[in-house]
Amino acid sequence: MATYIIRRFFLMILTLIGMSILIFVMLRLVPGNISDILFDAAGMVNEADKARLEAELGLDKPIIVQYWTWISGLMTGDLGYAYVSEKPALDEILPRIPVTAKLALLALIFSVLIGVPLGVISAVKQDSILDYSLRVFSLSGLSLPSFWLALLILMAFVHYFGWIPIYTDKPASIWHEIGLLSIPALAVGFRASALIMRLTRSSMLEVLRQDYIRTARAKGASTASVNYNHALRNAVLPVITIIGIEAAFLIGGLIVTETVFNIPGVARFLVEAIRWRDYPIVQNLVMFIAVVTVVVNFLVDMAYVLLDPRIKYDD
Amino acid sequence: MRKTTTLAVAAVGVFAAATLPAFAQKSGGILKVQHRDNPASLSVHEEATVSVQMPAMPIFSNLVLFDQQKKLQSVDSITPELAKSWAWDDSKTKLTFKLEEGVKWHDGKPFTAADVKCTFDLLLGKSKDRLRKNPRAIWYRNVKDVTVNGDAEVTFVLEKPQPSLLTMLASGYSPIYPCHVNAATMRTKPIGTGPFKFVEFKGNESITLARNENYFRKGLPYLDGIEFKIIANRSTRMLSFVSKDFDMTFSSDVTIPLLKDVKSQAPDAICELHPQYVSRNLIVNEKSPPFDNPKVRRAMALAIDRQAFIDILTEGQGSKGGAMLPSPEGQWGMPKEVMEKMTGYGPDVAKNQAEAQKIMTELGYSASNTLKTKISTRNIAIYRDPAVILIDQLKKIFIEAELEVVETSLWHAKVARRDYTVGMNLTGVGADDPDVNFVENYSCKSERNYTQYCNPEAEKLIDQQSTEADVNKRRELVWKIEALLNEDVARPIIYHDKSNHCWHPHLKGFVTHHNGIYSNWRFEKVWLDK
Repeated sequence: MATYIIRRFFLMILTLIGMSILIFVMLRLVPGNISDILFDAAGMVNEADKARLEAELGLDKPIIVQYWTWISGLMTGDLGYAYVSEKPALDEILPRIPVTAKLALLALIFSVLIGVPLGVISAVKQDSILDYSLRVFSLSGLSLPSFWLALLILMAFVHYFGWIPIYTDKPASIWHEIGLLSIPALAVGFRASALIMRLTRSSMLEVLRQDYIRTARAKGASTASVNYNHALRNAVLPVITIIGIEAAFLIGGLIVTETVFNIPGVARFLVEAIRWRDYPIVQNLVMFIAVVTVVVNFLVDMAYVLLDPRIKYDD
Repeated sequence: MRKTTTLAVAAVGVFAAATLPAFAQKSGGILKVQHRDNPASLSVHEEATVSVQMPAMPIFSNLVLFDQQKKLQSVDSITPELAKSWAWDDSKTKLTFKLEEGVKWHDGKPFTAADVKCTFDLLLGKSKDRLRKNPRAIWYRNVKDVTVNGDAEVTFVLEKPQPSLLTMLASGYSPIYPCHVNAATMRTKPIGTGPFKFVEFKGNESITLARNENYFRKGLPYLDGIEFKIIANRSTRMLSFVSKDFDMTFSSDVTIPLLKDVKSQAPDAICELHPQYVSRNLIVNEKSPPFDNPKVRRAMALAIDRQAFIDILTEGQGSKGGAMLPSPEGQWGMPKEVMEKMTGYGPDVAKNQAEAQKIMTELGYSASNTLKTKISTRNIAIYRDPAVILIDQLKKIFIEAELEVVETSLWHAKVARRDYTVGMNLTGVGADDPDVNFVENYSCKSERNYTQYCNPEAEKLIDQQSTEADVNKRRELVWKIEALLNEDVARPIIYHDKSNHCWHPHLKGFVTHHNGIYSNWRFEKVWLDK
């Protein structure tokens, strides 16, 4: 196990180095840089002033030098300065991470709390009216675009309560914040719960046909015990994988939700930074998302061992 | 006796009614205003967008300013601000301002005439400090020097007479900056002498301003502060306005189709339809064959059915005009009879298009032998939508165009490189004056003339109107320039757009300017009746 963890750790480092090169190069392949954008926003063209600005920001240096400046800074915790706000990039990124993390966590909790039990019920009551209804519910979760659903929720709130649940001021307390984030989390969680539900259902159906389930029933185990202790435990592995993937996605993929609900999180900030070609923000933020994705995947792999004693990585 | 008493009571009543509004303003409260995007900085002199003007203008003061309580910006609506009074010398090349005394910057340092000099030295590129971008340097091309006469007097020395200098100084784009704060700091933590102090700019979130307790106009501002909240999604902005989370929408944010939605959900909201002084125009690369042929360009100018654009895109509310904003809002717009004499502006569109077809047929084009080209435009709906209509209209004169959308941030650079053949463009104008519009967009040396139109005859006329003191004579010169620009097919104007700005009735003392969106955001007399 220890060997496996060490091997995975080095693989993670290699993945992150590869990612950093990819991010760095791809960002510079996108046409235009901050200087082009700032001058375009002012509706003017002055090549000398543009060149001066590029030199001021170090964009005139060879790409290798720029990459080394970034990576060596990253090692020492110096993420550079944001081009637009002219503030340290770390100060710009750090306050946004907890906001997105809370939203992602809530969405994940909702999706698991809704998706897993409904998936089990759907499988246990296969081909019943309840099963069909839940399948329609899950299909709608997968097919409704999240921006549409989010707008529909906002419109309903404004129409029926004369109040709009968007994030305009810093919440007064943690409970206020949870209340405020619950609505977008439900909108996001609906889609994720549909995915989890469908996967739980198909996985459960497969397990419920296994011999050991029949044996458990023959031994006189209660239906609840068969379904939850015997079937679900064995059906949950693919579900854990998808939860891991969703968790990583939710850190950087909530662009639409954050925009519609005006949440000052990472995803919206990242899109805005890409628009401005604010390299220090984009590079560091994408690296952060890459780290989260790699770590979550690692944790999911570790969770397999805990959930299924048959899995041994050293083998 | 009774009659006398009645008269006295009536007189008191009339007096009270006349004076009541002056006492009615309530102080206090935070004005909540929507903002559409994240401004690049808050340094007015470095930017050219209302995204910066709206939150930054309350921080600053000008020497003079367009009256914030009048709807139209004009020479007659210029009011004193940091300048108490002003006077031209006999040669009309020296403009001297007497300044307010005892004014302090937000950091407590005194404001003096030296700050005015510093500001204009910065704009003229004479100071050690530099602006990253200086989009309106061309406005002051005629300013030779700014001289200081003590702490409270300053003189602008001009190369030649330029009556419109005062108009440009009255624009929201002409604030005075402090000598003791560098250009970089002004982008992130601006210091001004205006009614509101800068508190915080949280990127993508909000811009917060607080009342300047030491504002040089006693008793003002009425508000305790202003919060601009950045909401990137327009649907969310509209919903949060109708739910009364905000007192005011972003400038011109409520388009004509959106107005119906807003009014149905917030019927008491006050919404004013006004031109934004942003025109949709056609640009043609005259270096790119066959568009180097003036006949082709003329045919294109003739083919435009302006009313169709206006009907489709603005539900009939937009207006036809030349480069200058059309009347009644525009101060320099052409009368209908003058405008209709210009190529392509005649009321008989079918006749114009038949003439255009004839030109193209003479050049060898027909339905079976079309001229194939691309129409380039920015990848934003307000650019794309008119471009699509243009493609349709050009088909009538055998031009088969394909839409090429350009990454929005690269648009001006692409046009400046002449890396296009035909384009759909938008032009916004900072102040309703020919010295601003013509000089910025059509003079040979302007950095904002990204289409690089340059005609010595137009240049001469632009200079001539600039020195003309007689408004009527100047107006005639302006119309002559309009005709020349149109003949040269230099950005033929398709239409001028209009949009709505809305606020709730409890917001008082705010007036929307109807011939410019960059100069009415001082907010010093705005108050909340809550």
